[in-house]
Amino acid sequence: MARAVTPAHRITVTIAAWAVGIVIAFPIIWMVLTSFKTELEASSLPPKFVFFDWTVENYAIVQQRSDYLHHAMNSLIIAGGSVLLALIIAIPAAWAMAFAPTERTRGTLLWMLSTKMMPPVGVMVPIYLFFRDFGLLDTRIGLVGLLCLANLPIVVWMLFTYFKEIPKDILEAARMDGATIGKELIHVLTPMAVPGIASTLLLNFILAWNEAFWTLVLTSSNAAPLTAFIASYSSPEGLFWAKLSAASTMAIAPILVLGWFSQRQLVRGLTFGAVK
Amino acid sequence: MGSIVLDGVCKSFGSVEIIKGVDLEIADKSFVVFVGPSGCGKSTLLRLIAGLEDITEGKVLIDGADVSRLPPAKRGLSMVFQSYALYPHMTVRSNIGFGLKMAGMAKDKIAQRVEAAAAKLNLTPYLDRRPGQLSGGQRQRVAIGRAIVREPKAFLFDEPLSNLDAALRVQMRLEIATLQKTLGTTAIYVTHDQVEAMTMADKIVVLNAGKVEQYGTPLELYERPANTFVAGFIGSPKMNFVSEQNVAGQYGATSIGVRPEHIVIKRDGQGWPGRIAIAEHLGSDTFFYVESDVGRITVRTAGELGLSTGDQVRLNPDPARIHRFDKDGNAIRTLQ
Repeated sequence: MARAVTPAHRITVTIAAWAVGIVIAFPIIWMVLTSFKTELEASSLPPKFVFFDWTVENYAIVQQRSDYLHHAMNSLIIAGGSVLLALIIAIPAAWAMAFAPTERTRGTLLWMLSTKMMPPVGVMVPIYLFFRDFGLLDTRIGLVGLLCLANLPIVVWMLFTYFKEIPKDILEAARMDGATIGKELIHVLTPMAVPGIASTLLLNFILAWNEAFWTLVLTSSNAAPLTAFIASYSSPEGLFWAKLSAASTMAIAPILVLGWFSQRQLVRGLTFGAVK
Repeated sequence: MGSIVLDGVCKSFGSVEIIKGVDLEIADKSFVVFVGPSGCGKSTLLRLIAGLEDITEGKVLIDGADVSRLPPAKRGLSMVFQSYALYPHMTVRSNIGFGLKMAGMAKDKIAQRVEAAAAKLNLTPYLDRRPGQLSGGQRQRVAIGRAIVREPKAFLFDEPLSNLDAALRVQMRLEIATLQKTLGTTAIYVTHDQVEAMTMADKIVVLNAGKVEQYGTPLELYERPANTFVAGFIGSPKMNFVSEQNVAGQYGATSIGVRPEHIVIKRDGQGWPGRIAIAEHLGSDTFFYVESDVGRITVRTAGELGLSTGDQVRLNPDPARIHRFDKDGNAIRTLQ
């Protein structure tokens, strides 16, 4: 028997859900509100929620002081490039692990994932020196490579899980039909795994877009993405809350829009493997 | 041409030996069925011929050429899978034409061949649909279309009908058999269903625990089973075995086998006495399960005899159709 849903029950659940939603979204709402305040009002106590003098001056100042488009373009290139590169490496890797496993496959997967458990700061010095010696500091190509490697374990894991759901028979049928491994990947496996590949791409694009540690350590101006753009407004002295908020709002806007339009794919990506 | 020869083929997975030295000659244009209980290695043997698994020892020859180390595509065979294994993202047209496209055939030629194959299988109205929009029987036809369009040296069928319902299975069984005869292409067909094996095959290979128990025509297997395994596996209901020494000994054997249809059941007279434990009346046939002095015996008679559960009866096996087996279970062929 299905559980009976009384109106009272429904109202309680609705209120509770909204409360949780608002709590979770509060930092973002607060950031957006603050970006429209003057610096004085942004740091006033008690804080003002809606009744303040709305202004867009912060956005004007931020745009004037730093080149938003330059940073946004860097973010796009670094996040997009690293994810595409990771997919090119991970699709064959996940294919091998899903369809031609050996007794060490499980161990290899766990080892790959274990690298994500290491705090990046642990390898900061060697990587910094490596970047310096190879002239990769403040270059987009350096960050594309580094973020690709950083996200590769997750990309491989996600694709592996999706590929596991594809019946082996179909790939064998392709082999009987004369497809070489390359053609099997391009004509059969990849098109069948499009939903999985799309959610992997989206999720890892967002991860790379938001990556702040390496982008702040390894860039200064040329290759600086939006994370660096935000960080340049965080200062121990002076009143920069409103401008920082405006910069942050501008930095997350593209990803927010992307996330909004790809909610379905993202949810599938976040719960990957959980539901068949 | 499509003759296939297996020469001492062995296959092990790790330390487990699945196929233990199989020698087989499959003549061109013949329809050969591999039959056996689950786990006997029949699917593995088919996959070894296809090249989807590597053989551990021995050789596979197609038209005299050793293909043991060739990839599946180079062997010129095509396969129909139990799960159909259609490409879900492609239309029926692309599914059937995929192999030709991989072979680099010109587009108009592919279209021509696909149309011809589809016409043979009554698939023409569905060419632009995707597999998800088809019924089970139609999907099976697409899988067959994909196999025939490449004009292979041989078809390999891996339990292709086991996902279909009973009525459709009978229909598809006929269609596959007819198609194979008209195309004149060698076919190897794996099934665990002995009715499929008996009705479709020119020759049957009975496999058990990775070895060939017997290779022969359906009637050879029925009339002259090589051992107790084949005798028990072919025929439905199963052959009765009697190993009572005073009975089997009369025939100079360790055990004897009699098929249920070769026993005469009567209310009185001579023969093994017994009592009908269960009677199944099918109209056309009647099955009796008799508790007798020589063990439980199944009897099959045509039509109705007016006997029913609980009746005391006498059983008389047809002496000309008694199969004799030695202590290893092998058939004794010499006359007494």
